[in-house]
Amino acid sequence: MEGSEISMESGSSAPPETIDLRRELAETHVQDVLDQLDRELVGLAPVKKRIRQIAALLIVDRVRRRMGLESETPTLHMSFTGNPGTGKTTVALRMAQILHKLGYIRKGHLVSVTRDDLVGQYIGHTAPKTKEILKKAMGGVLFIDEAYYLYRQENERDYGQEAIEILLQVMENQREDLVVILAGYAERMDQFFRSNPGFRSRIAHHIDFPDYTDPELMQIAKSMLAAQSYKFSEAGEAAFESYIAARRKQPLFSNARSIRNALDRARLRHANRYFEQDGPVSLDDLMTIDAPDVLASRVFDSHPSEK
Amino acid sequence: MRITQGCFSFLPDLTDDQIRSQAQYIIDKGWAVNLEYTDDPHPRNTYWEMWDLPMFDVKDAAAVMIELDACRKAHGDRFYIRLSGFDASHGWESVRISFIVGRPKTEPGFRLLRQEGPGRRQIYATQAYAADRPEGDRYKS
Repeated sequence: MEGSEISMESGSSAPPETIDLRRELAETHVQDVLDQLDRELVGLAPVKKRIRQIAALLIVDRVRRRMGLESETPTLHMSFTGNPGTGKTTVALRMAQILHKLGYIRKGHLVSVTRDDLVGQYIGHTAPKTKEILKKAMGGVLFIDEAYYLYRQENERDYGQEAIEILLQVMENQREDLVVILAGYAERMDQFFRSNPGFRSRIAHHIDFPDYTDPELMQIAKSMLAAQSYKFSEAGEAAFESYIAARRKQPLFSNARSIRNALDRARLRHANRYFEQDGPVSLDDLMTIDAPDVLASRVFDSHPSEK
Repeated sequence: MRITQGCFSFLPDLTDDQIRSQAQYIIDKGWAVNLEYTDDPHPRNTYWEMWDLPMFDVKDAAAVMIELDACRKAHGDRFYIRLSGFDASHGWESVRISFIVGRPKTEPGFRLLRQEGPGRRQIYATQAYAADRPEGDRYKS
């Protein structure tokens, strides 16, 4: 395992009395990843808190192992639950980096799969398929999106059950080789765990992703625009704020994903607006999303009638 | 008679940890890891049976060890198993490393065959005692 060469050295010399955990944190460069997480991901306070706790546990574990104390490999399989567009996949990617920097997993790559990648189409097809994916994920993180599709309770001969059994076995026996993260919407994941108690008990960390608040969504919108060299005009920003409030009340609201789609449509209208008008356009015009681009949205039409 | 071939043939058999780090070396080099097995120990027998598919898309040696364990479960104690690394890059396109990772419990060795050739010439050949039995039955105890 990693770190064994360090423990050999410190074992021979007298171990120091105190250990500086902060320095340990700096040495592993985990702080960089945690800071980056704070910087780039808006909101998600409970998620960030849990990630910090896991990082702390792993660092203490590292130190303990170096000092020759007994330390069993902790189980780090996780489940991410939350509404659509709350950043589950993004955080899973970061998680792979963090665990790699902490030396918990050896490679730090993320293999993202859904039911299709694990479950076969005929008898005897599932086991090799699942094993192939597991082999690919060894040394990294296996991210199973919408994990509840693995289990179809209406069909007891469904091949998903076979994939689940193989997964459970590997999650138990090869804890030090890979980390499995299950993700999905909260209610359906709850039901999935109820019908597969084996999963519930093998997963140490159940992390719930809360919905974003309106100001957080605004912040996300601005950073999305900035990444594409766009910005809001003052009127545009006010219009988008009212858009977020109106969109939230409508069905199928999916947080940051809805925001991204709204911005894409706003860019479309923005381009068309300048195309239809005569006369030259300034560089600033090309960068600025204005109120009409946002207010033309269908969201505002249905809003008064619904109320 | 303990049969040796390939890399590390002058060393005692590798432990699982040593096999794991060699496999990781192969993966890190970007070569495909292959597992092969046979029960014909003759040195001229170069084409062994392939276990599963070549592993060219794994990142960690743990995956190789899973397959090695599965292969040992199916063929261990009765077959020789070897692990090889195939370099597919242009100009090489050949096996770069290969070593034995499993062998039968007992290895009876080879007999020397002598044949009279024309004009008092001696023709020599080696034949594995194990090869007297049909394939698959050779190292059954």
